Order: sequence, then structure tokens, then C-alpha cells
Amino acid sequence: MSRLVFAAAAIFALFAAPLVFSEHRIVLMNYVGIATLVATGLYLLTSIGGLISFGQAAFVGVGAYTTAYLATAHAMPAGLTLVIMLAVNFALALLVGAITLRLSGYYLSIATIAWGLGAYYLFGTLDMLGGHTGIGNIPGITVLGVSLTQARAFFYLEWSIVIAMMIAVHNLLHSREGRAVRALKSGGVMVSAMGIDIFRTRIAIFVAAAMLAAIAGWLFAYMQRFVSPAPFNLIASMEYLFMAVIGGTGSVVAALLGAGIVVALKDVLTNTLPKLLGSNVNIEALVFGVAVVAILQWSPGGLWSLARRVGGVLPALRTPDRSPSGGRTLPRKLRKDPGAELLSITNVGKRFAGLVAIDDVTMSVRAGEIVALIGPNGAGKTTLFNIITGVLKPSSGTVSFCGDQVSGRLPNRITELGISRTFQHVKLVPTMTTLENVALGTHLRGRAGFVAASLRAERAENAGMLGEAAAQIARVGLQGKEALSPTDLPLGDQRIVEIARALASDPYLLLLDEPAAGLRLTEKRALADLLRSLRAEGLGIVLVEHDMEFVMGLADRVVVMNFGRQIAEGTPADVQSDREVIRAYLGEEA
Amino acid sequence: MDFGIFTFLLQDGLNSAAIYCLMAIAIILVFTTTRVLFVAQGDFLVLGALTLSQLQLGRVPGTVWILAGLALLAFAMEGAQALRERSRRRALRAVLFCLLVPALVGGGVAWFSGKELGLAIDILATIALVGPIGPLLYRIAFQPLADKSILVLMVVATAVHFVIISLSLIFFGAEGWRTPALTDAQFALGPVLISGQVIAIIVTSLLLIVVLFLFFSNSVYGKSLIATASNRVGARLMGISTAQSGMLSFAMASAIGCVSGILIGSITTIYYDTGLVLTLKGLIAAVFGGLASFPAAAAGAVILGLIESYSAFFASAYKEIILFSLLIPLLMWRFVLAGHQDLEEEA
Repeated sequence: MSRLVFAAAAIFALFAAPLVFSEHRIVLMNYVGIATLVATGLYLLTSIGGLISFGQAAFVGVGAYTTAYLATAHAMPAGLTLVIMLAVNFALALLVGAITLRLSGYYLSIATIAWGLGAYYLFGTLDMLGGHTGIGNIPGITVLGVSLTQARAFFYLEWSIVIAMMIAVHNLLHSREGRAVRALKSGGVMVSAMGIDIFRTRIAIFVAAAMLAAIAGWLFAYMQRFVSPAPFNLIASMEYLFMAVIGGTGSVVAALLGAGIVVALKDVLTNTLPKLLGSNVNIEALVFGVAVVAILQWSPGGLWSLARRVGGVLPALRTPDRSPSGGRTLPRKLRKDPGAELLSITNVGKRFAGLVAIDDVTMSVRAGEIVALIGPNGAGKTTLFNIITGVLKPSSGTVSFCGDQVSGRLPNRITELGISRTFQHVKLVPTMTTLENVALGTHLRGRAGFVAASLRAERAENAGMLGEAAAQIARVGLQGKEALSPTDLPLGDQRIVEIARALASDPYLLLLDEPAAGLRLTEKRALADLLRSLRAEGLGIVLVEHDMEFVMGLADRVVVMNFGRQIAEGTPADVQSDREVIRAYLGEEA
Repeated sequence: MDFGIFTFLLQDGLNSAAIYCLMAIAIILVFTTTRVLFVAQGDFLVLGALTLSQLQLGRVPGTVWILAGLALLAFAMEGAQALRERSRRRALRAVLFCLLVPALVGGGVAWFSGKELGLAIDILATIALVGPIGPLLYRIAFQPLADKSILVLMVVATAVHFVIISLSLIFFGAEGWRTPALTDAQFALGPVLISGQVIAIIVTSLLLIVVLFLFFSNSVYGKSLIATASNRVGARLMGISTAQSGMLSFAMASAIGCVSGILIGSITTIYYDTGLVLTLKGLIAAVFGGLASFPAAAAGAVILGLIESYSAFFASAYKEIILFSLLIPLLMWRFVLAGHQDLEEEA
């Protein structure tokens, strides 16, 4: 609650500013507001989503130019220019995103450089947009009959929009889709194993960031009442990026911090300092460049997390999750009948160039049984997991699930069928709480999209997802750890959190990669009990494990692999007496 | 378009192609060895050209002060690390490379500038001044972040670009500069006159391509440089110093940039902020080479130079738009070639 009071007081103080400050300072604050909108988009796209765009200024430019053109050539009112401008930018961002977001990582960044430069040169070239001189005489904006031409009046319109947008982004980040965005940086394998469509999520944040930039452009056109190409060049895009880096991560307010510091510093360095020193040396680029390098080296979380560490007075680092209300959970799917065939692997092989990782494996898993996959290191067990879950494509053979062909589908599509997994090397998101990490597993059980989340129209569903996550955490015996970061848990517990996350997707088949590694004896027994009760519920479980005592006491059937080949299959007792298995584990008899 | 214009545009295109090629070579060199997409590469070209122009006018170039500042900063960082590690060897190396060498170079240039020792000496002095800036920048800005993602390194490179253009503006001013021609020789090729300068540019870039290609594909040292980029921990376990290989590739990058600046300074007027656009065109060529292959990047540079030259003739207003919009299909083509290995690599 104190956070709300704090925010309300800050907004109240902000809205009192035009009554107190000089005209120059209000104009400056209006520039800060515009920059904050763009930086808020980059907070979502870059700081959280891990995508770097060098094209944000171009989106601001498209917004500003579309507005200027419609308001002058067609004398349209501001409401209409806003709608058309947003539609134009939406289509454009979708197009640019669809082309460039197929590319990964740095390819995308290079592509946005091209987009940013291309758009900038186009502004200066098209006669319709006034070439290098731009478009002037844009009529002032009028809202409900009140003219907002004065900076003090404009301030209220602008900052209302800025604050609304910051709240929307904050809401988004604490929703189903927001958790998907926050997981993006943790690697594609885990994210798509949660059933999240990475490409769609990236497109969504790219478009959202572009829309925020476009609104900034719309405001810019009505504030300046004149547009020319210069403020929309590549350098401007880089400056927006710097705002996001300088502001840092931890809260959407970091975007405001970054934008405020950069704009204010720029004003001091270009207006005040040269007057003081009596020279016209321009050192703003130097200061920003040095600041960005210093921040990345000393405080990668930016000034926001630095202020947190130093001050300790600002609101807590992790936003508390909206409390799961009334123990609400999600409806469950019907179980498969025990004994029904779930997974069927037929003659599957995998070659990496010349290396044969898996050679002709055939096995099946039925509902209500635990199959253990054992074998020495390098036997191909994890590779087989990766083939089942679609991370790797088999070189030969087929995998099918409940009669559907699986091989060739994308990992997130396979998760949709009801297969869920954990990882040998734990893949949890360190910047999310344990509860939120487990809630990632419920992704496919919710429907609410980005718009609903921004408006918090999905409260009930989100509460159900968090409630489900809490229930799964309780089920694996980690209640009380919900609010911790997974990195604060011992490694054994982190593996258990992964099991809770896998269960949160309500799967038919559970693939566990070395779940007992790092557990103490009592914890292993608890895990075995959990797996037995899941089996009794009709889940199929495949277990990769090195702890033979654990495996032999638990599994219905054991499949043994060595050097990519399947060397034995049968009950634990059969396998333990198999000569080839003994040879694989103990070496040749003397 | 008659034959005369055709050959003129051809020569012009090849000329730009050679510069883009030099940019692309340095970008690929730095990227394959350090994973840094170095968007400030063109700024070395600017520093080279502007330094030479000042030396030719008999002035002490601002580059001396830039070198001095960077050297002191690097010395502070290296010295602090030497103290932490209590390493006498590191401390000695810091004194030698961050104090003595820059002081000798900077002091030497400051002392003899204005003595009119001729173009050749000025060129050597330019390379001696600009060359060390690359490794110093690597030590200061990139080395502490060398383990971070490609994207973080790209933001650092952008910040470094801001720093260099700002310093260039402070020390050289906003006006453009030209350097004297290296040679005024002209060669007749049929009806066309080709200037010696253009030939010098093309020969230099060809030479560099061949040398670097052989270095990376045949020498153990070249291969170990690439190994550091793809697996830093592994390289260190094999006894390869990632810091030294980073500084070496940045030294090569600043030297190549500086030489490019000396070569084109007499053909084009160079401003403090000319570098970025040249870098980006070099980047297009480098992407054509998949950010990996020197010969393919060279081919990309030739195509780019020719498209630029001929589109300047047919649709001059849209020249830059055409060039930069080429990059997107190019990137997609490269991405398809590379295959969708994202997930596999991680697994």
C-alpha cells in the first residue's frame, strides 16, 4: 500500500510543477515526458525483452510526420490524427517486426539500424514531407475546447499520457504475457518449453515499443508545431537507447529516470555550461558515452538499481505479486486412462556432423508408469529429451505422442500437446520470484493477451494462474519460498522448483532430467513419494537419473543407453542382471 | 550514359568499394575475435585523416591529447589491477605500454611537428598516434565487459563512438579537412585515366584481405584468435590470453582504420562525424560476408560501391535509402544460410 501512496504523492507533486516552475523548466519537462515515452518502450523491449533496437527515433519520426502531414495538408483534428497515426505505425511496426524479428540477436539490431537510417533519409527526401525543411505551421492542439498551445497547459495532457502508459507497461509486466517477456532473456529452449511462442512475444513487444515511440511523435508534433528530419536520425535512436541503459532495470520508473537525466544533462551541457565556460564546446556526446560505459561496467542494472542499493529507501526490489486470491487454481484437463500409450519413439537416430549421438532408439511410455532412462555420461539421454521436446530434430525415425506425429513441430507446439520437462542445467529466471517462475508453467492454461494485461482486465485469470503456481509449490514441498528469487534457493530446491513449473502446465507426460541430483536422502524420499503419487494420478513420467537406488526403487521399466545405443530394456530386476549393462557400467570382466 | 560516364562511375564505385572493404575487414576482424560489433570503426578513419591533415599544416594534432588521456585512464585501470593482484609483471607492463610508449609517441610527434619532415614521416607519425588508440579503448571500455552478451558489447561500441566523435569535434572542430594526395601519378587505361591514389587504395585493401585471410585460415595464432571469441573459457584453459587477443585485434582495427583515412583523405573531405556512415556501409559489406568471410565481404563491398555509384547517377536522392534498405533482405538471406541453429546451440 505504501507503494501506492508513494506513487500518488509523486504524481501529485509532478502535476503541481507548472504552478511552481519557470517556463524554461516546464518546456524541458515536456521534452522529458516525450523521451520517457520512448524510453518506456525500450524498457520493455531492451531492458526486459533483451532486444536492441536502433530504430526507435524513426518510429517517433513516422508518428510526428504523419501527424504533421494530416494536421496541415488535411486540417484534421488531433483525435483523428492520433488514430490514423497509430494505425500507420502499427502496420509499419508489424511489417518491420515480421521481417527483422525472424532474425536473432545482433542480426535484429543491425536490421533496425537499416530501418532507422532508411526512414530518416526518406523523411528528408519526400517532397510530401517538405524535404529537409520539414513541415511547419502545425495547428496547436485543442482538447474539449481548451487550447493547449501553452507549455504549461500542454504539460498536463502530455504527462497524463506518459503516466498512463507507464502504468500500462507496469501492469503488462506482471501478467501472463509479461512473465513470458521477462523470461525471454533466459534462453529460447526454456521459454519455448513453457509453450511460449517466442516470435509472437518478440513481435508484440516490438510493436508496443513502436507505438509508445509513435505517441511520443504525435505529442512532439503538437508541442513543437514544426517537424524536420534531424530529431529522428540514428544518433537520436542511440540516445534513446542510452536513456534505457542509464535508467536501468527493476521498475518502469527507471525509464523516467534515464530520460530525465539525459534530457536535463543535455540542457545543462548545451545551454548552461558553455555560457559559464564562455565557449561553445559540445561535450554532451562525450559525457553520455562515458556514462554508458561506466554504468555497464559498474552497475549493469543502471542508476535505478544503483539508487536502490545506495539509498535502500525506495520501494522493494521485487514487486510483490498480486496476491493469489482465495486459493483459486486453474481447471485441470481430463487424465488419460492408465495404460494408454502416451509417447512412442520409433527407430530414432541423431547425428551431429560425423558424430552419432543416438543410434536407433525405440521405446514407449504409457500413462501411469515411470520409465527410467539410464546410462553413463554421454550415452545420449539428454539428446533424446531434446528430440522428444522438439529442441533437436531427429536425423531418422519418428516420435509420436497420443497418436500425433511430434517430430518436426516447434517446441512450444509440443508443449501444447501435454509434454512438460525439467532441465539438467537448471533454467530458472533469476529476476523473477519463485512463484512467478512456476507461474510461467501455466502459460498455456491462460488466454489473456497484451492489451487485456495492460488494462488489468485479466485479474481473475491471472489470480488463478498464480494460485495454481502456489498450489504446485506447496505440492512439491516448497511452501514459504514463493517470494524468494530462485537464485536464493539451494541447487536441489531449484530442481524441485523446475518440477513444480513443469507440473503447472498440467501435462500428461513429465520428462525429468536428473531431478534427484543435489538432494539429500530425506529430500530424495520426498521426491520419490511425489513421483509415485503423480503416477497414481495417471501421469506418464520419464526420468533420467544417475542415482541407481533412487531409480531402481521407483521405476516400472528401465531403458539403458550406452554410446547412443539402447542396450537393454525391462524391469529394474531384469536390467540389473543384464550382462551388457554390467559391462557398460563396470567395464569388461577380467 | 556514355562510355566516359560509365567508366567514371565504375572508378568511383571501385574507389568507395575499397574503403567499404577496409571497413568490413576491420569489422569482421574485431567481431570474430572479440564478438564486438564495432560501430566506431569509421572513427579511426576520421582520426587518421584529420591527424595527417593537422601534421601537414605543421600543427600538433589533438590526437596527441586523446592518446595521452586514454593512456592515463588505461594506466589507472591496469595499475589498480596490478595492485590488487600484487603482480610486479603487470605493473611493469602497465608502465611500459600505458606510460612510456604513449609518452614517447605523443612527445615525439609534438616535438617534431612543424619541422616539415615530409609526407612519409607524417604518415608514420599518424599511424603511430592512431594505432595505439584501438587497444587502449579495448582495455578501458571492452575488456571489463568481455564476457557479456553481443548486445551489451554493441551498446558499449555505440557509446565509444559517441566518445570519439565528441573528442574529434573538440580537437579538430566542425569544419572538414583534406589531406594531400599521396601521389599525383595517373595511368591511362585505354581512353580512361586512373589516378594513382585509387590504385593505391584498391591495392592496399586487396593486400590486407590476402594477408588476413591467410593469417586466420592458416596460422595457429590466427585460429586461436577466433577460438577466443567462440569459447572464452576454453581458450583461457588452452593458455590463450583473451585480453591480449582482444587488444591485438583492436590494434589491427585502428591501424586499418587509420590507413584507410590516410588513403581517402585526399579524395573526400573528412568531418569529425564522417565515420558512422562509412562504418555502416562497411557493416553492410561485412554482413554480406556473414560477419566471417573476408573474400565474401570484399565481394559485398564491390557490389555495394557499384550500386551506390550508379544509383547516385540514376536516382541520387534515393541513393542512401536504396543502400540501407538492401541490408534487410541481405540479413534475411544470411540468417537463412546460417540456419535456425539458435535452439540447437543452446541445447
